Amino acid sequence: MISLRRLIGATLLGAALLAQAAEGPASPPAAGRPENATSTTDHSKLEALKGPFKTGPEVTKACLSCHNTAGHQVMKSIHWTWEAASPTTGKKLGKKFAANNFCGSPLSNEARCTSCHAGYGWTDKNYDFTNQENVDCLACHDTTGTYKKFGTDAGHPLYADREFEPMEGPPGKKQFKAPDLTKIAQHVGQPGRANCGACHFNGGGGDAVKHGDLDSSLKNPSRELDVHMAKDGANLVCSDCHTFNAHQPSGSRYAATSKDKHGFDLPKDDHNRATCESCHGFTPHKEAKINNHTSKVACQTCHIPEFARGGVATKMLWDWSTAGKMGPDGKPLFIKDDHGHLKYSAAKGDFKYGENVRPEYKWYNGVVHQVTITDKIDDSKILELNRVEGSANDPNARIWPFKVMRGKQPYDTENKTLVVNHVFGDDDTALWKNYDYAKSIKAGMDYAGLPYSGKFGFIETQMNWFITHMVAPKEKAVPCQECHTRATDGRLSAIPDIYLPGRDSNKLVDIFGGLAIVGAISGGLLHGIVRILSRRKENAK
Amino acid sequence: MSERIYIYKRYERFWHWSQALLIIVMMITGFEVHGSYALIGFQKAVQLHSLAAWTLLTLWAFTIFWQFTTGEWRQYLPSLKNVGAMIKYYTVGIFTNAPHPFHKTVVQKHNPLQRLAYLALLAFISPLIWGSGIFYLFYGDWARLGIDQTLSLETVAVLHTLGAYMITAFFFIHVYLTTTGHTVFAHIKAMITGWEEVDQHH
Repeated sequence: MISLRRLIGATLLGAALLAQAAEGPASPPAAGRPENATSTTDHSKLEALKGPFKTGPEVTKACLSCHNTAGHQVMKSIHWTWEAASPTTGKKLGKKFAANNFCGSPLSNEARCTSCHAGYGWTDKNYDFTNQENVDCLACHDTTGTYKKFGTDAGHPLYADREFEPMEGPPGKKQFKAPDLTKIAQHVGQPGRANCGACHFNGGGGDAVKHGDLDSSLKNPSRELDVHMAKDGANLVCSDCHTFNAHQPSGSRYAATSKDKHGFDLPKDDHNRATCESCHGFTPHKEAKINNHTSKVACQTCHIPEFARGGVATKMLWDWSTAGKMGPDGKPLFIKDDHGHLKYSAAKGDFKYGENVRPEYKWYNGVVHQVTITDKIDDSKILELNRVEGSANDPNARIWPFKVMRGKQPYDTENKTLVVNHVFGDDDTALWKNYDYAKSIKAGMDYAGLPYSGKFGFIETQMNWFITHMVAPKEKAVPCQECHTRATDGRLSAIPDIYLPGRDSNKLVDIFGGLAIVGAISGGLLHGIVRILSRRKENAK
Repeated sequence: MSERIYIYKRYERFWHWSQALLIIVMMITGFEVHGSYALIGFQKAVQLHSLAAWTLLTLWAFTIFWQFTTGEWRQYLPSLKNVGAMIKYYTVGIFTNAPHPFHKTVVQKHNPLQRLAYLALLAFISPLIWGSGIFYLFYGDWARLGIDQTLSLETVAVLHTLGAYMITAFFFIHVYLTTTGHTVFAHIKAMITGWEEVDQHH
């Protein structure tokens, strides 16, 4: 009986597999992407990778012995330079210049911040950006999942096991294991979701902190969470869309493409697929009425109903002004909320978190006005660190979803600039050691070589983060009436200068029309009542 | 004394009731699209509204053909004769049981006031609704047609809404007036069966 059932089961499974195979190229690629099975090189058999390797740079040297242009390619990429010119305003940006309302500047905090640099040993501002042996190949190409750059070692992994007490973790030292570099070097391959995620899921100093639509839940997401990256969805990895050309990634948050006019990315094309249209074209919907929206509404606006949907909360507010409080024991205060999230940190101030957050919507035409740490700022109002440009009449503008990060951060009240804050380091000025802003800001500004009046205050800031990941399956797209509604909490209630059916109307016409209908009904009723009454009188005669 | 005349032919009845259904559907869904209430959801309302619009356009194509081949279109020619008598009847006579001033026949089934009302509907409300509605329906093609700079969605939508209010008001008056036959349901019955009882005292 059991064997019969098994037989039937196996037959059904076989039929299902055949049916799937018959579906052709539209069916998702086989789970797991066995890149190394299709590769023509088994790296574990290479002489150059025999090892043993004691340090990262040793591995890099071995990689470059075959991939002899890779180092120089990487050294031109933003992953290495941390510099970029805004494609629209030409302004010099990148982590070294652009201001944000998370951790602040990597300047004077290098050893901590550069744990996410695609290189080794960026410990201070005198780093040699021309030495290709400092390129970190493994961060992106490890396929074992065991390679990890240590948080405070300037991009190096641990080379020996270490006891370490994380600043905001539970008290007590934790044992950290050094990864086996030789084994890792012998198992390199194409980057997977976890490689990119090691940094991009942890931006801002922890899982989910920064983006809202990028966190560790995307390593192996459900279809519901991310239809593109789910194993039972398209099972894509980051670089399937953020295509790399000679180690240069495509797609930029400094100026996301507001409206793709190129469409499908075909073979021999520019190999840039960091827009929805690259794969889905300009008219992806069956209904023309929905395709009509794409001239004014970004795909993401309907297809990402909420961000931080993977069960990991993202930071929505960071108030640096309250940092430095000590507990009754005289030690720095760290308070967790009911969900285990740090809601107060003596090192960083107050936090607020959000899960399943509805984005805010704004017109965006491809131009972002990013504030840098040297810009003069207007401290009479909330400072928008990266205002996105656009309006209803702008043919390049579409309505885009954003995570709006709110915060309060230090600035120079005399010179009216933001400041470099020296937070990390084992010295007598670092904020996270001494909890004294006067010292840490002075040290940061001196280090950066920027003018500082010596007087600081805190300014309220806002920052727009494009929401483009965590695309939900189509049946979970935002229903029409969440925008086409008169409700004041409609998703697009704040979008100006368009006539949005269901939201907008002409008040005069509504009054006239309402009166006409009421008049028609009550006129009929009145006439009818008089008819009935007069007939009765007639009959009574 | 009364006689029965066959006043509404089969196609006419079919046209009337399917048009009635379509217009009711469009009123209900249209005002949902307008944001007046939430009933079946915006998307379904738009889909149903558009489907009903296309169906009614098709029905009209057949109906116009029918009107001309049968000569029935003449029923809609206006005449000011006896309009005064009709107005007097609806404002006074109807309450005093006065006889209806208009004698319905197969070749003249609309009273003068009806003719005027239908003409107003055909000449003013209909073009307003259909004109704005078709532009609304093809909003996505405006850029291709080169009219996206001259036309605004707001103008089109507001005109369409204005037409919708007027036809809705017309609808309620029309329904009320069906009760003014020699019995309350006489006119409706006639529109269902085709046969109407007509007084013979003229």
